[in-house]
Amino acid sequence: MTDWPILSTITFLPLVGALLILFIQDDNELARKNIRNVALLTTVFTFVISLWIWADFDQEATGFQFVEQAEWLGTGITYHMGVDGISMLFVILTTFLMPICILASFESVTNRVKEYMIAFLVLETLVIGVFCALDLILFYIFFEGGLIPMFLIIGVWGGKRRIYASYKFFLYTFLGSVLMLVAMMAMYWNAGTTSIPELLAHDFPASMQPWLWVAFFASFAVKMPMWPVHTWLPDAHVEAPTAGSVILAGILLKLGGYGFLRFSLPMFPIASFDFAPFVFTLSVVAIIYTSLVALMQEDIKKLIAYSSVAHMGFVTMGIFAANEQGVQGAIFQMLSHGLVSGALFLCVGVVYDRMHTREIAAYGGLVNRMPKYAVAMLIFTMANVGLPGTSGFVGEFLTMMGVFRVNSWVAIFAATGVILSAAYALWLYRRVIFGALEKESLRSILDLNRREKILLYPLIVLTIFFGVYPMPVFDVTAASVDALLNTYSAGLEQAASVAGLH
Amino acid sequence: MYQIIVLLPLAGFLIAGLAGKAIGAKASEYTTSSFLVIAAVLSWIGFLSFGWGEGETIRVQMLQWMQSGGLDVSWSLRIDRLTLIMLVVVNTVSALVHIYSIGYMHHDPHRPRFFAYLSLFTFAMLMLVTSNNLVQMFFGWEGVGLASYLLIGFWYKKPSANAAAMKAFVVNRVGDFGFILGIFGVFVLFGSVNLDTIFAGAADIAATMGAEGGEAAAEAAGHGTAAMGDVVLNFAGYALTMGGALTAVCLLMFVGAMGKSAQIGLHTWLPDAMEGPTPVSALIHAATMVTAGVFMVARMSPVFELSHTALTFITFIGATTAFFAATIGLVQNDIKRVIAYSTCSQLGYMFVALGVGAYSVAIFHLFTHAFFKALLFLGAGSVIHSVSDEQDMRRMGGLRKHIPITYWTMVIGTLALTGFPFTAGYFSKDAIIEAAFVGHNAFATYGWGMTVIAALLTSFYSWRLIFMTFHGKPRASADVMHHVHESPMVMLVPLFVLSAGALLAGILFEHSFVGEGYEHFWHAALFTGAENHVLHDMHEVAFGIAILPTVMMALGFVVAYWMYVKDKAAPKRLAETHRGLYRFFLNKWYFDELYNVLFVRPAMAVGRTLWKTGDGRIIDGLGPDGVSARVVDVTNRVVRLQTGYLYHYAFAMLIGVAALVTWMMLGGAN
Repeated sequence: MTDWPILSTITFLPLVGALLILFIQDDNELARKNIRNVALLTTVFTFVISLWIWADFDQEATGFQFVEQAEWLGTGITYHMGVDGISMLFVILTTFLMPICILASFESVTNRVKEYMIAFLVLETLVIGVFCALDLILFYIFFEGGLIPMFLIIGVWGGKRRIYASYKFFLYTFLGSVLMLVAMMAMYWNAGTTSIPELLAHDFPASMQPWLWVAFFASFAVKMPMWPVHTWLPDAHVEAPTAGSVILAGILLKLGGYGFLRFSLPMFPIASFDFAPFVFTLSVVAIIYTSLVALMQEDIKKLIAYSSVAHMGFVTMGIFAANEQGVQGAIFQMLSHGLVSGALFLCVGVVYDRMHTREIAAYGGLVNRMPKYAVAMLIFTMANVGLPGTSGFVGEFLTMMGVFRVNSWVAIFAATGVILSAAYALWLYRRVIFGALEKESLRSILDLNRREKILLYPLIVLTIFFGVYPMPVFDVTAASVDALLNTYSAGLEQAASVAGLH
Repeated sequence: MYQIIVLLPLAGFLIAGLAGKAIGAKASEYTTSSFLVIAAVLSWIGFLSFGWGEGETIRVQMLQWMQSGGLDVSWSLRIDRLTLIMLVVVNTVSALVHIYSIGYMHHDPHRPRFFAYLSLFTFAMLMLVTSNNLVQMFFGWEGVGLASYLLIGFWYKKPSANAAAMKAFVVNRVGDFGFILGIFGVFVLFGSVNLDTIFAGAADIAATMGAEGGEAAAEAAGHGTAAMGDVVLNFAGYALTMGGALTAVCLLMFVGAMGKSAQIGLHTWLPDAMEGPTPVSALIHAATMVTAGVFMVARMSPVFELSHTALTFITFIGATTAFFAATIGLVQNDIKRVIAYSTCSQLGYMFVALGVGAYSVAIFHLFTHAFFKALLFLGAGSVIHSVSDEQDMRRMGGLRKHIPITYWTMVIGTLALTGFPFTAGYFSKDAIIEAAFVGHNAFATYGWGMTVIAALLTSFYSWRLIFMTFHGKPRASADVMHHVHESPMVMLVPLFVLSAGALLAGILFEHSFVGEGYEHFWHAALFTGAENHVLHDMHEVAFGIAILPTVMMALGFVVAYWMYVKDKAAPKRLAETHRGLYRFFLNKWYFDELYNVLFVRPAMAVGRTLWKTGDGRIIDGLGPDGVSARVVDVTNRVVRLQTGYLYHYAFAMLIGVAALVTWMMLGGAN
């Protein structure tokens, strides 16, 4: 089984599903049903296969595993795939969230079902590709390609201001990527290769590192998104359909963090070290600023979107703390946020499907009619707040601990975010769920149906499971994170010794 | 056995929470209650059988939790004397509250949910007290916060209850902010969050410090040994040596304790928490959760003992709270709020004891207080139950004849609280006052003065409560008085049990907790430094000092009796003559108003500004929106050039040619 190209299989399996759908005529209800089922089956199947990677993953190995390599474009540029402890779990997260997204769209999307499902399947291929790619060019293609389906999902199936939101999303992310492309060329000229494993071993000159770092940072910071380039996210979330929001928050935001871990930290250690205070500043500003902004939101989705920005602040902070707790915490925080924020957007979708509004003021007292929904929402809210025992706590705690060892001010400011998150999340919960059911329009609202239960209950189980027993994640990531930090500190030491000679 | 004690409430929570609807309210009540009774019985067995003399600390490993670099955290239990005391307190009160609630809540349609929450709370509290590392303690710490949030907001249709629940959670988070930073600090200092490692490290430091002649020498950087003079922690811009770092860490953790134990500044949530059902107040806001802060400081005594500065601060905060909460208690009219402020004040007492290094005295008071304060709350619940859910004492009065059993149990609770000789409070509270008297830190005398005055105030407001509620003529409507009835047996039995505790807990356990049997009883569960002789000294205070709290108690009773039984116009007169002071107390020193102005409204205003101006005008305005607007502007102007008139184009060409020619003639030539 070891020589079976499993990564390519799960990467391109969704594309096969998309091809199948392409041949179905989308002109009657039965056909649409078939399209939905094909998409769902494809993604479920992909998920099941992807679990094989986890089962077969060697936790002790520090290098890349399941590596595939083939000639591709002329000289040097190869089709090169592989995963290590850092990227593997993101692949699983993607394949796990995708069936949920498809299922979440079963009833809410009735318009252009065929194109919608194709867009999602193509998106899955591209995102998995990003996490598996071990060649700069391949990485870039997957990374940028992902923009297109997402742009379409927001722009075609979105809400009222969908065009504005999709263009904003596209412009922001594209602007960052252009700089990254330039940096990639510079890297090739300097190192003579586009292979990521070789680049990881290459020492870039200290004078070059800041420029490369900044170029990559421009791209990843937008994706994260970090303050102050975060304003596309609330708009994109608000306008995107529910499943679009889930994928956006759950996976696309993780591309930035993954990029920092794959490129910035190990390849440009000196620049990373020098720029760390800058990243810390942006991170704590993001945490406090967006938490305060979230406090005042009137739209449920926008509130959750702003809270996502705050949570991503913990991630960037942890990554650039550059110690075990910080980096592992950041990885965990990203995975946990993928589950929790995805679940929260699904929760919003549940009431949006019923009432067709996201105004907080339009709700109140839902617990009276929807007790099951209230429980689910409570658990995810608490996970969002970082209550110990849910997965949200582990990441926040570790990133703050990691950064405390480096700079206590950052930890202090980040910890105020913990207070603020409680304030905005509980206030939202109070306004939407608690209270007496007074609004006439809500009198006949129904609790979760079977499909929604299938969507939300697994997420509840995982949120609590990883809160109580996060060790499966730490076991997988530990070796790779150690290797990453060794590369990082070796790079720094070398620079220090060179500086000592002069 | 200890796993069973801890996990039984969790099982109860899961059964009542997940299957509550299916098995019905009755089954949920009996399942959760019987689980808790079993846990309580097992706790007492553990408490009594734990080796008197050679009991070793028991550690039970359950499951790995987190592991990252040097951080290694697992779900584990640590059983020593301190834990056992807490197990007994938590499980006993919780079991009684479960049983009492069967009667108290029997009209409520959501009973399975209520009992599930109660069991969840108990589980979280047990995780807190049995924890063998700081992170699990933090889990319990926040877990009880969650349960408290859910229980305060149990009647979710009441807006005031929802507001109070949220306030409790958020204010507690302010405390947690300090606690979590404290945990990080401990990790940096000791390289671990496990209690065993921390205590071993603290003992090493204590030995080094002792060799150098105490903290003063250690703090004078450069004079000490390298280990002491080195910078060990950079915190908030300060490079701290070991002495300073320990102080910083202790103060941070104490902020957590202040939040949970409602000390002045972070106390505002506790009175509001009275919106929850009364059994909840008895369990969470009197006997157990609010004492978590006291427990935590006692648990970390090896570390706190190393920082005199932190202990002095604790004394100051405790003493101030004891006095401040008591003054508010004087004038409140809501029966539950009086008791809530009383709790706040008594917690202040405990912190005074901790601050002067008398950890065992603080835990002793925690132990006795749990009985009599839970008794008072449950008694108040019984009163409220009998007068059709009225909580305002101005509409009570004359209930003594109608509900005699409740009356007498509440009198017992009041006697114990005020420190009537040989009741529980007499032993523990007086011990605190004596310990403060002989304490050595800068605020010990202040602590002594404040606790003595608070003793007077406590006696006054407690008897005021009794007189207003039970004596005099009924002030309730005839309709309500017609329905007044004594509570059912299921509610009275817990009152009897707690009454027994309130009367006997002091006399039975004084010897072990703070008396001659101290060493024998505690072993290594608490740590006291080499030069800490408070426990020894306090037994040798002069008679005049020792008798003072009792005198204060009697005085408070006499004044209350005079004002509320003899001369009933007196309170009104007094309020008229000291109008300003009265309003100041009645409005709780204006803390809520102050916080509203200082924090709540600014946070909202800043949030709105950042959103509308920061995100909207500045970032979007200068960023994408601005850029696209400029692009549109520019293209609009460019569009205007394309007029379609031939002579315009010809003219433009002509100018172009002229410019080109000029440039070639002037510049291009050379």
